Amino acid sequence: MHITDEIIIAGFGGQGVLSMGKILAYAAMFENKETSWMPSYGPEMRGGTANCITIISEKKISSPVVSKFDSAIILNQPSLNKFEDHVKEHGFLFYEASTIINPPTREDIMIYKIAAIEEANKMGQKQISNMIMLGAFLEIKPLVKRESVLSALKKVLPERHHHLIAVNEQALLRGKELIEINYHVSV
Amino acid sequence: MKMQKSEVRLMKGNEALAEAAIRAGLDAYFGYPITPQSEILEYFTEQIPKRHGVVLQAESEVASINMVYGAAGAGARVMTSSSSPGMSLMQEGISYIAAAELPCLLVNVVRGGPGLGTIQPSQGDYFQAVKGGGHGDYRLIVLAPSSVQEMCDFVFDAFKLAEKYRNPAMILTDGALGQMMEKVEFPEEGSLPHQVPDWATTGKKGRERNFITSLHMEPEKMEEINLHLQKKYKVIEENEVRFETFEIDDAEIVLVAFGLPARICQKAVELAREKGIKAGLVRPITLFPFPKKILSDLSKKIDHFLVIELNAGQMVEDVMLAANGKCPVHFKGRMGGMIIQPEEVLEEIEKIIQQPILQE
Repeated sequence: MHITDEIIIAGFGGQGVLSMGKILAYAAMFENKETSWMPSYGPEMRGGTANCITIISEKKISSPVVSKFDSAIILNQPSLNKFEDHVKEHGFLFYEASTIINPPTREDIMIYKIAAIEEANKMGQKQISNMIMLGAFLEIKPLVKRESVLSALKKVLPERHHHLIAVNEQALLRGKELIEINYHVSV
Repeated sequence: MKMQKSEVRLMKGNEALAEAAIRAGLDAYFGYPITPQSEILEYFTEQIPKRHGVVLQAESEVASINMVYGAAGAGARVMTSSSSPGMSLMQEGISYIAAAELPCLLVNVVRGGPGLGTIQPSQGDYFQAVKGGGHGDYRLIVLAPSSVQEMCDFVFDAFKLAEKYRNPAMILTDGALGQMMEKVEFPEEGSLPHQVPDWATTGKKGRERNFITSLHMEPEKMEEINLHLQKKYKVIEENEVRFETFEIDDAEIVLVAFGLPARICQKAVELAREKGIKAGLVRPITLFPFPKKILSDLSKKIDHFLVIELNAGQMVEDVMLAANGKCPVHFKGRMGGMIIQPEEVLEEIEKIIQQPILQE
């Protein structure tokens, strides 16, 4: 496991991109790790592109701004086009299957295709595709523990949405299963 | 005084700054919303009514700064915040406050300019912050945080310095630091006691009238006030310089950067060191007073300074003054809301050290 993991999460606004980064950052904080969350902020909200850089580290983080990433979680085509080349050699790229028509082509990184939106629709909650992606990501890169992620969810979800924590938890689990089924990772 | 810290929280820079101000015993906040610092006003609007103090959204920045002037004159611990175009509107009032020697905290969460510009991070207001900004010969005490923790800590430091010297203090930060989240630990509420000073206009019952003004019609008197202010700034320069260094002991090229770019530069230094390049970093924490001495000392033993800023080159002039021709001072900046990347800084370092050094 790397001491530091620099993660880019990118997609359309409204897909829960910023929340995913926040959840990772909170979970890292609960485990007394160093962390930073840097959003791309702008006037664009729903429909525009959004991304955030989350860094989780065992040591003090120098720059919260980086342009090469250990991990990329990509939820739309423009973001893939933009960030595929920014994944470090031997890094990890997770992409959402249905929104990305031209898949990544790098051969020097690990690539995981996750049918998160399809699965979310099957579960009857299309907003939870981000948590399916996150579950898949954490199965390959267990940077933080499951309990920390659940505590983090409580911080990131506004209180009026706390009844959705259970379904978010299921989504995380579903992401983990998708990896197990598709990529034969032993637990 | 070592302050006791409470639990660790994950917060945006803007929110951490606002929470810190409440814990620092803020009596009043006056401000007007502008991106990328609106979270400060929003946080106060939510929290202050439940806790203590006054929060007021004024009709404009001009009104806000004059409310700050009034409240500071009455001895309140007071602040305002804005972003670049809003800060420009406040300059007249800031000059009055500096002339009247009133303590207060000003926060500029800088965005890309000139003009209305963008809402993305910038350091284009360095000159405005450290060289006066408004009219006349005055200085602000300027602190430049580079982390969310410092967005909190420097609120306490700024109030302490402002009150110690009866001078407005500014936190000069940028949109990225305001919007990003990091871990932060807050000092306990009430750990920065505040008494209404004896010069404050609190009602003259039982004592001589206190009078606060920046208007003095006799030039002799006005020069006297100027001399007094300059003497005070000199004392501040002698006593309150703060900076941080990283890997400078054997450095041949030293980066100079403040705020968020200082952290980007620290990463660049790490990358350079991995390649065997002897790079180091000086991060000015106080922009006024500027850390001249360390830079002057270094200029005699290093080969190059490289100044990195999110502007067209402002602090670089102060670095040049400090180096005073003893070593070359290079500059690389990004503007208009663009952030520089560590790799870009590294490239610049490599470009400089590969140049043959010209001997006179």
